[in-house]
Amino acid sequence: MKIVVGMRQLADLVEELEVADSQVDIDRDFVKFVSNEWDEAALEEALLIKESVGGEVVVVALDEPDVDQTLYSAIAKGADRAVKIVGVEEGWTPTRVRAQLLAKWLESESDWDAFFTGVQAADDLDGQLAGLVGSTLGIPHAAVVSKAEPQGSSLRITQEIGGGTLAESVATGKVVLGIQAGRQAPRYAPITRIRQAMSSSSIETFEAQDIDEGVGPKVRKLYPPESKGQATMLEGDPVEVAEKIVELIRAKGLIR
Amino acid sequence: MSRDVLVVNERVQGENPDLTFELIGKAKEVASALGGSVAVAMIGDLSGIDAFGAADRIYSVEHEALTSGYSSQAWEEAVLAVVDQVHPKLILFGTGTIGIDLAGSIAMKVGGPIASYVVDLFVEGEDIVATSQLYGGKLLAESVLDGDTVVATVIAGSFSGDAGKSGGSPEILSVDPPSSLTSLSLVSGAVREPEKSGVDITTSDLLVSVGRGVGSQSNIEMLQELADALKVPLSASRPVIDQGWLPKPHQVGKSGKKVKPKVYLAFGISGAPEHLEGMRSSELIIACNTDPKAPIFEVAHYGTTLDLFDLVPEILEKLEA
Ligand SMILES: Cc1cc2nc3c(=O)[nH]c(=O)nc-3n(C[C@H](O)[C@H](O)[C@H](O)COP(=O)(O)OP(=O)(O)OC[C@H]3O[C@@H](n4cnc5c(N)ncnc54)[C@H](O)[C@@H]3O)c2cc1C
Ligand SMILES: Nc1ncnc2c1ncn2[C@@H]1O[C@H](COP(=O)(O)O)[C@@H](O)[C@H]1O
Repeated sequence: MKIVVGMRQLADLVEELEVADSQVDIDRDFVKFVSNEWDEAALEEALLIKESVGGEVVVVALDEPDVDQTLYSAIAKGADRAVKIVGVEEGWTPTRVRAQLLAKWLESESDWDAFFTGVQAADDLDGQLAGLVGSTLGIPHAAVVSKAEPQGSSLRITQEIGGGTLAESVATGKVVLGIQAGRQAPRYAPITRIRQAMSSSSIETFEAQDIDEGVGPKVRKLYPPESKGQATMLEGDPVEVAEKIVELIRAKGLIR
Repeated sequence: MSRDVLVVNERVQGENPDLTFELIGKAKEVASALGGSVAVAMIGDLSGIDAFGAADRIYSVEHEALTSGYSSQAWEEAVLAVVDQVHPKLILFGTGTIGIDLAGSIAMKVGGPIASYVVDLFVEGEDIVATSQLYGGKLLAESVLDGDTVVATVIAGSFSGDAGKSGGSPEILSVDPPSSLTSLSLVSGAVREPEKSGVDITTSDLLVSVGRGVGSQSNIEMLQELADALKVPLSASRPVIDQGWLPKPHQVGKSGKKVKPKVYLAFGISGAPEHLEGMRSSELIIACNTDPKAPIFEVAHYGTTLDLFDLVPEILEKLEA
């Protein structure tokens, strides 16, 4: 099976995010960009399929800050090829635009069996990638997938439909999947293997094609939520804070 | 221009979700501002149709491809058939599997804009304005949805469900199932209920909950010790489960369990919308997170930015004293 995995960079949510002067984007100069965690789950699931039935895994991404690191690390983990779509405007790329740029490359590649990507990204204001790529290509898609297992030339898909309930379906022919979690946590690529990938392989490039962007939501303000100051902050050293927490639990009658 | 609002009932089996009533309540408000009416799409399973008295019309699609299990392709075709009948100004989905699955592709197909992760919606002139929660809840985006048909996916708990529950006698219209349902390439199979084995985190008055901030499986032991000292189960956010550090029945949130203990202790949990969905109605929430901007502090009653590795041993010490 030949599986393409769409990956992307995303602002590290553990860091502080500032709104840019434009008021409609984050200040990208000070953000640390990391690989979207759900794309890593998608890659893991694709690698597991390749390991069980053979085939090829190709990773593809738009040119974004530090994306080379993500692509080489995918090769170090077992991907066969990496492709970078270049000539993309800097800044926030709406998911609909992202989907159409990826779809152009997917059309040029043609002989793949499945396209996997992360179930969502934290700035997908205008929809999630799998559905958008699927409808752009006119290929069925499914999201919130927690398992994709080969069954002959088809894929047996497990989707989470809320509260832990799982629904299975079988996809015959090309399919696009938004992966929520792999059958196992994403493997780790040691830095030495990533360095090796950087010296022994190269990232292919593909020029971004013209697309019809269509209509998206027009962002007029991006802002931090007004702090309702809900939480009373417990001040003091660990001993003092521990004491207060124990008192709070005791006041609820949950410990003696 | 159409003025109607269409709510998609995201129910494959079981009860109608609370979220549908939240959407209907909001739909009534938006429809009355637009001068239109509220329609609900019921796909496959029509049981519990009486619950939607607050709507003006219910459009049902029945077909064998929709009656057992879930095929996103079948649902997409069915929802599109309803959209074709209603020609709504606004289509509302929840941010559940079906919303994440279908809302984007349906927006593409109707050629309209979509806003995801919506927590507020209002009408401004001819447009719909949506507020979305982005970056795991760290920022909000206000955006204008301008088009004949626009789509929004709404985060559970954003609106009250009460207005969506009032009685009435909506017209029920049956929509012809599209012929494409007989030639699907994504065919639904079994539906499996969650494993019932092991711990039940939903019945405990007190929960010790651990997030990715704990760093590794071996570090979980310290939190397990705390839970043991308090004689309560250890619960967790999704990444802890996905890493395989704790089994699935320990998960709190959208795709885990909904919990409502008297006290919820959160260690190293950022407070992403999907986590909050499962625990925000706890009586007392105490959060420990080194990031003072972490969204968990917006729902917590008490908080501390101390390192959990410094704090937890002291709590243990205090309990043992
Ligand atoms: C369809 C779908 C369903 C989902 N369902 C769920 C669900 O049911 N439940 C769920 O939880 N998530 C769910 N998620 C995932 C959710 O989006 C978040 O990714 C997840 O909740 C984040 O978990 P976290 O807070 O533990 O990790 P992170 O967001 O990584 O947060 C870790 C936090 O720990 C803090 N920290 C780090 N070190 C320390 C330290 N030493 N001391 C104190 N604090 C520290 C950091 O500041 C950070 O805020 C779902 C996602 C999707 C797409
Ligand atoms: N989710 C988002 N995250 C960051 N910036 C965004 C987001 N959505 C929209 N923007 C910004 O909104 C600006 C204007 O968008 P628009 O008005 O839709 O053309 C662009 O510069 C984007 O950078």
